[in-house]
This record gives sequence, structure tokens and C-alpha cells, in this order.
Amino acid sequence: MAKRAPATAAKTRQGVASGVPKRQTKPRKGAGGRATHDVGGLSFGAIDRSEHDLALWEKRTDAMQRLLTSPGNRAFSVDGLRRVIEDYGEQVYDRTTYYEKWIRALRNLVVEQELLTRAEVETRMGEVRERHAKRGRRISKAKIPW
Amino acid sequence: MVSNVGRLPRQGAGKAPRFAAGDWVQVAARPVLGHCRTPWYVRGKAGRIIAVHGRFRDPERLAYHRPGLPAQVLYKVRFRQREVWPTYRGFDGDHIEVDIYEHWLEPAS
Repeated sequence: MAKRAPATAAKTRQGVASGVPKRQTKPRKGAGGRATHDVGGLSFGAIDRSEHDLALWEKRTDAMQRLLTSPGNRAFSVDGLRRVIEDYGEQVYDRTTYYEKWIRALRNLVVEQELLTRAEVETRMGEVRERHAKRGRRISKAKIPW
Repeated sequence: MVSNVGRLPRQGAGKAPRFAAGDWVQVAARPVLGHCRTPWYVRGKAGRIIAVHGRFRDPERLAYHRPGLPAQVLYKVRFRQREVWPTYRGFDGDHIEVDIYEHWLEPAS
């Protein structure tokens, strides 16, 4: 019954082996409709309570969120971040980790609020990949869908 | 670029809270469009106000870069677990407390 996350999901992780979610995707049903995140009362099995050290990218993601929503910037609100995450759809929502959800939402909100264009983000990501490739670092082929 | 997200309005600004601690309320059972902080499992259920948290900008509007006004009063509502989950097998007196904004609440009939 429970299908494991596809291999691509694990490949996008950067050295956080213990963070691979052991989750199943479950269709949400009910009167009025449940949003993807609104899973209270559904059975997803036992909660994985194991902890892992945060990777650098996860800490950076946290910092970016704080900066972008801080009183001096207010690029968007935490509610906006939640809204984007809730719109991912069941497959993506269930099979991504906490900060994987955040980083995708931050990227999309920065474009939604016209701070950066999609092309600018993609160009920059290309440069970063190239830089890492030159230094012989392992680069994930996986791309986070928009 | 600066969005409309602003500081919380002062406590007590705007209309007086519609409900007070001790009032019985029913959560609206309407479908959700967009962002919403009222969990599915309490929609349509009856509970009792146990605290009035104050007035906050509406997250359903903040989520779309709107100012979140008019601000909504946020309440702490207590539900009997047996009311929320018809098949609940725990103790009869068990309850769950959920923070719910005023526009989701009606007086219990």
C-alpha cells in the first residue's frame, strides 16, 4: 500500500540521509474538500520522530524566510508561504521534507512578488551548478518544478 | 518592493468581539477557497469559546498579499472529542482546543 518516495526525491537532498521522509501519499476526501495539508484525522501511520542535523542549505532557507518576511522587508507574509506550500498537491506535499517545501515556496514567491524573474533565478542556478561542477562537486540533476 | 503586510492592529481596535468566553458556537461548514486556518475536522462542529485571543489581520487575505483587513477576532474554541470524531474511543471528557477566527463561527443553534 505505502509507496516509497521516488529516488529523485532522495537525490535532491544534500547529505541529509536521515531526513528521507517515510511517508505515503493518501488521497484527501471529505465534505467541503480538504486542502492538501489539512490531514488531521487521516491515518498516515506512526510519526517519524527521529532528528537530524540541519544541512547548511536548510539553515539558509530558514534565514531567507526570516529576512523576506521581516518588518523591514515584508516581501510577503508567512501566510503567503503557507498558501504556496498548501497548493503543491498531494504527491509533492507528502514526499518532500519541511525545508524542501520552504525553499520551493520562497523561490516561487520571490517571482510572484516580482523581486526576481524566473529567468534570473534559472540563470543564476545554472551559474551555481557550473561553478560546483568545475570544482568537481557532485551535482543533483533534479530540478525543483515551478 | 513592499507588500501590504503590516503591523498588527492595536488590540481592541474595530468592532467588539461577537463572542465571549463560555459562548457555544458552531464552525461554518462551508468549503474553502484558498488559504484557510480552520481545520477540516472541526467544520460544522459545535464547541465552546474558552478564550478571546484578540484581533489579528486575516491570514486568508494576507496569504494573497492583501492587507488582511478587516482584522478578525481570534478565539480559542474547545470541542468534545466525541463531537469531532464520531468513532472516538477515548474518555468521554476528552476535548481538543482549536484557534478559530470569528468569520468561521456562528452562534450554536
